[in-house]
Amino acid sequence: MNLLWIAFSIIGAIVGLLLSAKAVDQGMMIHGMTFAIASVIAAYALISQHYNSRPAVVDQSGGPDYNLAIVKYGVIASMFWGVVGFLVGVVIAFQLSFPVLNLDLPWTTFGRLRPLHTSAVIFAFGGNVLLATSFHVVQRTCRTRLAGTFSPWFVFWGYQLFIVLAASGYVLGITQGKEYAEPEWYVDIWLTLVWVVYLMVFLATLWKRQEKHIYVANWFYLAFIITVAMLHVVNALAIPVSLTGVKSYSLFAGVQSALTQWWYGHNAVGFFLTAGFLGIMYYFIPKRVNRPVYSYRLSIIHFWALIFLYIWAGPHHLHYTALPDWSQTLGMTFSIMLWMPSWGGMINGLMTLSGAWDKLRTDPVVRFLVTSVAFYGMSTFEGPLMSIKEVNALSHYTDWTIGHVHSGALGWVAYISFGALYFLAPVVWKRKSLYSDKLVSWHFWISTIGILLYITAMWVSGIMQGLMWRAYDAFGFLEYSFSETVEAMHPFYVIRALGGVLFLIGSLIMVYNLWRTAKGDVRSEEKDELILNPEVAVAR
Amino acid sequence: MSKVEKDELSGVDTTGHDWDGIKELDNPMPRWWLWTFYATIIWSIGYWVVYPAWPLVSDYTKGVFGYSSRAELHEELASVEEGRASITTELVNADLADVKNNPQLYQFALSGGRSNYAVNCSQCHGSGAQGAPGFPNLNDDDWLWGGSVDAIYQTIKYGIRSDHDETRTGEMPAFLRDEILEKDQVSDVAEYVLSLSQEGRDPEAVTRGAEVYANECASCHGENARGNPEFGAPNLTDAIWFYGGDKQTIVNTIANGRANVMPAWDDRLDESVIRQISLYVHSLGGGK
Amino acid sequence: MFSHKIIEKNSILMLVLTLIVVSIGGLIEIVPLFYLESTIEKVKGVRPYSPLELAGRNIYIREGCYNCHSQMIRPLRDEAERYGHYSLAAESMYDHPFQWGSKRTGPDLARVGGRYSDEWHVTHMRNPQSVVPESVMPAYSFLEKTELRVPDITADLVAHRMMGVPYSDEMIENAKADLKAQVDPDADNVDGLLARYPKAQVRDFDGNPKLLSELDALIAYLQMLGTLVDFTSYEPEQNNR
Ligand code: HEC
Ligand code: HEC
Ligand code: HEC
Ligand code: HEM
Ligand code: HEM
Ligand SMILES: [Ca+2]
Ligand SMILES: [Ca+2]
Ligand SMILES: [Cu+2]
Repeated sequence: MNLLWIAFSIIGAIVGLLLSAKAVDQGMMIHGMTFAIASVIAAYALISQHYNSRPAVVDQSGGPDYNLAIVKYGVIASMFWGVVGFLVGVVIAFQLSFPVLNLDLPWTTFGRLRPLHTSAVIFAFGGNVLLATSFHVVQRTCRTRLAGTFSPWFVFWGYQLFIVLAASGYVLGITQGKEYAEPEWYVDIWLTLVWVVYLMVFLATLWKRQEKHIYVANWFYLAFIITVAMLHVVNALAIPVSLTGVKSYSLFAGVQSALTQWWYGHNAVGFFLTAGFLGIMYYFIPKRVNRPVYSYRLSIIHFWALIFLYIWAGPHHLHYTALPDWSQTLGMTFSIMLWMPSWGGMINGLMTLSGAWDKLRTDPVVRFLVTSVAFYGMSTFEGPLMSIKEVNALSHYTDWTIGHVHSGALGWVAYISFGALYFLAPVVWKRKSLYSDKLVSWHFWISTIGILLYITAMWVSGIMQGLMWRAYDAFGFLEYSFSETVEAMHPFYVIRALGGVLFLIGSLIMVYNLWRTAKGDVRSEEKDELILNPEVAVAR
Repeated sequence: MSKVEKDELSGVDTTGHDWDGIKELDNPMPRWWLWTFYATIIWSIGYWVVYPAWPLVSDYTKGVFGYSSRAELHEELASVEEGRASITTELVNADLADVKNNPQLYQFALSGGRSNYAVNCSQCHGSGAQGAPGFPNLNDDDWLWGGSVDAIYQTIKYGIRSDHDETRTGEMPAFLRDEILEKDQVSDVAEYVLSLSQEGRDPEAVTRGAEVYANECASCHGENARGNPEFGAPNLTDAIWFYGGDKQTIVNTIANGRANVMPAWDDRLDESVIRQISLYVHSLGGGK
Repeated sequence: MFSHKIIEKNSILMLVLTLIVVSIGGLIEIVPLFYLESTIEKVKGVRPYSPLELAGRNIYIREGCYNCHSQMIRPLRDEAERYGHYSLAAESMYDHPFQWGSKRTGPDLARVGGRYSDEWHVTHMRNPQSVVPESVMPAYSFLEKTELRVPDITADLVAHRMMGVPYSDEMIENAKADLKAQVDPDADNVDGLLARYPKAQVRDFDGNPKLLSELDALIAYLQMLGTLVDFTSYEPEQNNR
C-alpha cells in the first residue's frame, strides 16, 4: 500500500515537471512546478516513513485507537486559513473604502483578491473545519478508527495543495470567472481526485462502524460530501485550450451556464456551508452541553426535506434575469418551502439546550455554538425573504446580499467553527481544558460587535443603494446618477471594514488561546474556574 | 444494546441509542413548525397555478395570470410614456429657445435634463458638470462649440468627432509630430498662449511665439485668440483650460494635437430627452 | 410501515437515496433549458466574438471585473432607463461562461458599448478617479503597458467550436491575422474581418498605435458589449417567457 502511494507521488512529480517544462503560459509553468515540488515532498515523507515505521502505539485505555493526529492538523489548518481569509476580507473591505489600496498592481486589485477572500474563507477555512470535524465525528460516533492509513493524509494534504493552487492562481489571474468555482480545469481535476478519496475514507469508516445506526451528524456529512462531488463535477465541465496551459472554457454558455453555476453556487451554500455545518452542530452541541438531541423525528424530516428542497432554489440568484420566468418561479417557491426545513435544524440545535440554558452563561464555548444557531435561523429567514421576486428586485446586486452572506458566514459558519475548534483543541492535544475561558469570552464579544457592525452597515447601505437606484423625482425621472450612489455608500464601507477588523482581532485571540492550549499552558488566574472539556473529562 | 430510557430533565423517552455519549429524545415535531411547513407548500402550489412554473416536454405551464416579467415592464414603460405623451410632444415641437417662456414645460425639461445628465453624461463631465481633464466643464459660460441652446442641442445629438454622419468635426493639429513646427517654436507659441491669460511670461519667447501664432493658429483660434465655435477651437485668452493650463500640457496639445470624442446621442436617446438635456446644460452655463 | 431505521443502518442505501433526492431538482430545472425552444430568443445580429474581442473578454475574466460589474439588465423600469433594453438570453449565448454577475459595486456593463469614447476608457482604466472622482474602481494602468499575449488564438476558437459556437473554418484560419487586423484600419484583411464579424469596430483603441496592448483588447470588448442585437426587428411579444 505504502509503495503504491510512493509510486503515485513519483508519477505526480513527473507530471508536474512535464507540465512546467512544456507550459504555454507562465501560470502553468508555476503551477506545474508547485505540483512537482509537492509530490517530491510527499514522496520523501512516504519513503522516510517506510524506513522509520514503528509499530502503532495502542491506546492503553482499551477504546478504539482514534486517529487524532489528522484532526489536529485539521484544527491547525483551519485556524491558519481562517486568519488568512479574514485578513484578505479586511483588505478588500478597505479597498472598497479607499480605492488607492488596490495599489495599481495586477496582483492586488479587488477583482483578484475578492475571489481569494471567498475561497479562503469558504473552501480553505470552512473546508478544513469540515475535514477536521468530519474525521473526528465519524470516528467517534462509529466507535472505530478512521479508515485508511495514508488516504486520510492524502485527503488532508491534497486539499491543502488544492487551496494553494487555487489561491496563487487568483493572484496570478488564473480563473474561470465563475463565483465560488474560480479554479481552472486542472485544479478542478485535482480536487475531484481528493474528494473521491475523501468520500471513500468517510464511507469506509461508516462501513466498519461499531454502532448499528448511523448518527444524524453523519447523514449530513455524507450528504455534504456526495452532493458537493456532484455539483463540482458538473459545474466544472470545461474544455482546456491546451493541455499545457491554464486556460479553459466552460462547457456551458449563457443561460445554461448561469443556471448550472447557480445550481452549484446556491448548493455550495446549501451543502458546504449548511449541511456540512449542521453535521458539526449535531455533534458538538449535544456533546458540549451534555444533553440529548431534542427530536429524532424532526431530524429525519428536516434532513430529507432540506436536501431535497435546497437543490431547487438556485434560480433565486437569477431573478429577473434572462432566465425564463418559469424557472424563477420554481426557485422562489422552493426557497420559501426551504424555510421550515432550515429552521428544523435550528430548533433541534437550540432545543437541545433545554435544561442546560445556564451553560450559555457559564461556558463561553457554548455561547459561540448557540449564537451560531441563532444566526443560522436568522439568515435562513432572510434568505427566503430575499427569494421573493419583489424583494429581490430591490436586494439583488446590492450590499443587502453581502449583509445576508456575512450574517450566514460570520454568524453561523465561522461561529460554529470557532465553537468546534475550541472544543477540539484540548481533545487533540490531550489537555484538560483550554488555556483560558476568559479569552474565549473576549473573542466572543469582540467578534460579535464586529459582526453587528458589518451586517447592519450592509443592510443599511444595501437597502439605501437599492432605493437610490430606483428613486424617481416628482416628474418621474431617475433621481441619482450611479456615482452618487457609490459616494453615499462610503461611510458604510468604512464601518464594515472596522467591523471586519474586530472580527479579525477576535480570531487572533483564538489563535493565541489555542496555541497556548496546545502547549499545555493554563492561565494561572483562571485555573480553578476553567471549564473542563467533557470529552477529555470522560476519557480520563 | 439499544435501550429506551427516560430523560430525567424533560421526562421524554430517548430513542435508545448512544453515540459517543450523545442520545436522542423522541420528541414530536413542533406543531407550529409542521403547519408552517405545510402552509408554505400550499402557498407554492397556489403560486404554480397562477404563474408560469413547470417545464414540460415542449413548453411550460403558463399559469392562469398569463404573467411575464418582460410583458409587465413593457406595460409599465408604455404607461409612463402615455402619461408624458402630451408634454413630450409639446417639447419636441417647440422652438428650443422659446421653452423658457413656458414655465411648466421648462420645469419638466430641466427635471428630465438633470436626471438624464446624471445617468448619461456625469461620467465624463462630472456629477456637478465640473468636467475633468479632457472633458469640458459645462458650468462656465465658455463654450467650444457655441453656447446657444441650439448649438448645445446640435453637439449632444450628433456628438463631436463621433461616428455619426453629422458629427461636429475639427481638430487641433499635431504641430510637432507632423513636423509643421520645430520644438523651440512649439515652446515659444505655448509661452505666447500662456501670456494671454497670465502675467510674467518670458517676453522674448512671447514675441517669437506671437509670430508663430499669427501664421499657424489664428486661422482657427482667431486673430485675437478668442476661439471659433465653428471648428470647436477654444478661446485661449481666458484662464479656462480643458486639458490643463500648465505649460507641459499646452506644449503637449500643440505638439501632438487633440481630438477628443463626445459620443452622439441620436441613436441612444429620444428626441425629447435630447431636448431636455440641452435645455438643462444650457441652464448650467448661464445661457449664452 | 416504512421505518427510517433501514436507511440508518445501511450506509450505501443512505448514499444512494441521498444522491437520488439531490438529483431531482437539478434535472428538472436545468435540462429543459437545453431543449425548450423558448429559452433563447430568436434575434438577428448576435455573432461569435472576434478574436480581439475574445482576448479582451479573457482579460475581463482574468481581472475579475465580474466581481463588481453585472452584465444583465433586468426588465425593471429603472434599469431600462438607466442602462437600456433588458438583456436577452441570446446576447450571451456564446459566452463560455456567462458573466452576468451578482453584485453591482460598479454599474451594469451589458450595453456599455459605444456609450463612451475610447479615450474615456483609456483615462478611466488608467485612473478611474480622474474622470469619476467618486469611483471606487481600481486603477488598471498596467493594461496599456502590457503587450497582448495570447498563446494560440486559433486554439481558443477551436475550443469554442467544439462546444457549438459557430466559428467557421474561415474564421479559424484567419484567427491570428484577424486578431491583429482589428487594431489596424490599414491592414489588408480588414474587409474580410468585417465580413466575418459584422459590426466589429476596427481601430487602435488605446491611443497607442505602436503597441497591441491588453487594453486594446479590453476596450474592443467593452465597446462591442450590447451592440449586436438588431432591436428594430425584435418582437417583444414573442419573447415574453
Ligand atoms: C465619452 C465621454 C462623454 C460623454 C458620455 C459625454 N460627453 Fe460631452 N463631451 C465630451 C468631450 C470629450 C467633449 C469635448 C469635445 C471636444 O474636444 O470638442 C464634450 C463636449 C460637450 C459639449 C460641448 C462643450 C462646449 O464647450 O461646447 C457639450 C454641451 C456636452 N459635451 C454635453 C454632453 C451631454 C449633455 C452629455 C450626455 C448626454 C455628454 N456631453 C456626454 C465627452 C463626453
Ligand atoms: C485646424 C484648426 C486649429 C489650428 C490651426 C490650431 N488649433 Fe488649437 N485647437 C483646435 C481645436 C479644434 C481645439 C480643441 C481640441 C479638442 O476639442 O479636443 C484646439 C485646442 C487648443 C488648445 C487647448 C485648449 C484647452 O482649453 O486645453 C490649445 C492650447 C491650442 N489649441 C493652441 C493652439 C496653438 C498654439 C495653435 C497654433 C500653433 C493652434 N492651437 C492651432 C483647432 C486648431
Ligand atoms: C472595486 C470594484 C470594481 C472593479 C474590480 C472594477 N470596476 Fe469598473 N467600475 C466600478 C465603479 C464603482 C464604477 C462607477 C464609477 C466609475 O465610472 O468609475 C465603475 C465603472 C466602470 C465603467 C463605466 C461604466 C459606466 O457605464 O459608467 C466601465 C466600462 C468599467 N467600470 C469597466 C471595468 C473593467 C473592464 C474592470 C476590470 C478590468 C472593472 N471595471 C473593474 C467598480 C469596479
Ligand atoms: C473579517 C471578516 C470578513 C470581512 C471583513 C469580509 C469582507 C468581505 C468583503 C469586503 C466582501 C466583498 C463584498 C462586495 O463585493 O461588495 C466579501 C465577500 C464575501 N465574503 Fe467576506 N468577509 C469576512 C469574512 C467572511 C467569512 C468568514 C466568510 C465565509 C465563511 C465570507 C464569505 C464571503 C462571501 C461568500 C462573499 C461573496 C458575497 C457575494 O458575492 O455575494 N466572508 N467579504
Ligand atoms: C433557506 C435558506 C436560504 C435562502 C432561501 C437563501 C436565499 C438567498 C438569496 C435570495 C440570495 C440573493 C441572491 C441574489 O439576489 O443575488 C442569497 C445569497 C447568498 N446566500 Fe443565502 N439563503 C439562505 C441561507 C443562506 C445561508 C445559511 C448562507 C450561509 C452562509 C447563505 C449564503 C449566501 C451567499 C454566500 C450568497 C451570495 C451569493 C452570491 O451572489 O455570490 N445563504 N441567498
Ligand atoms: Ca456574488
Ligand atoms: Ca494600441
Ligand atoms: Cu442561494
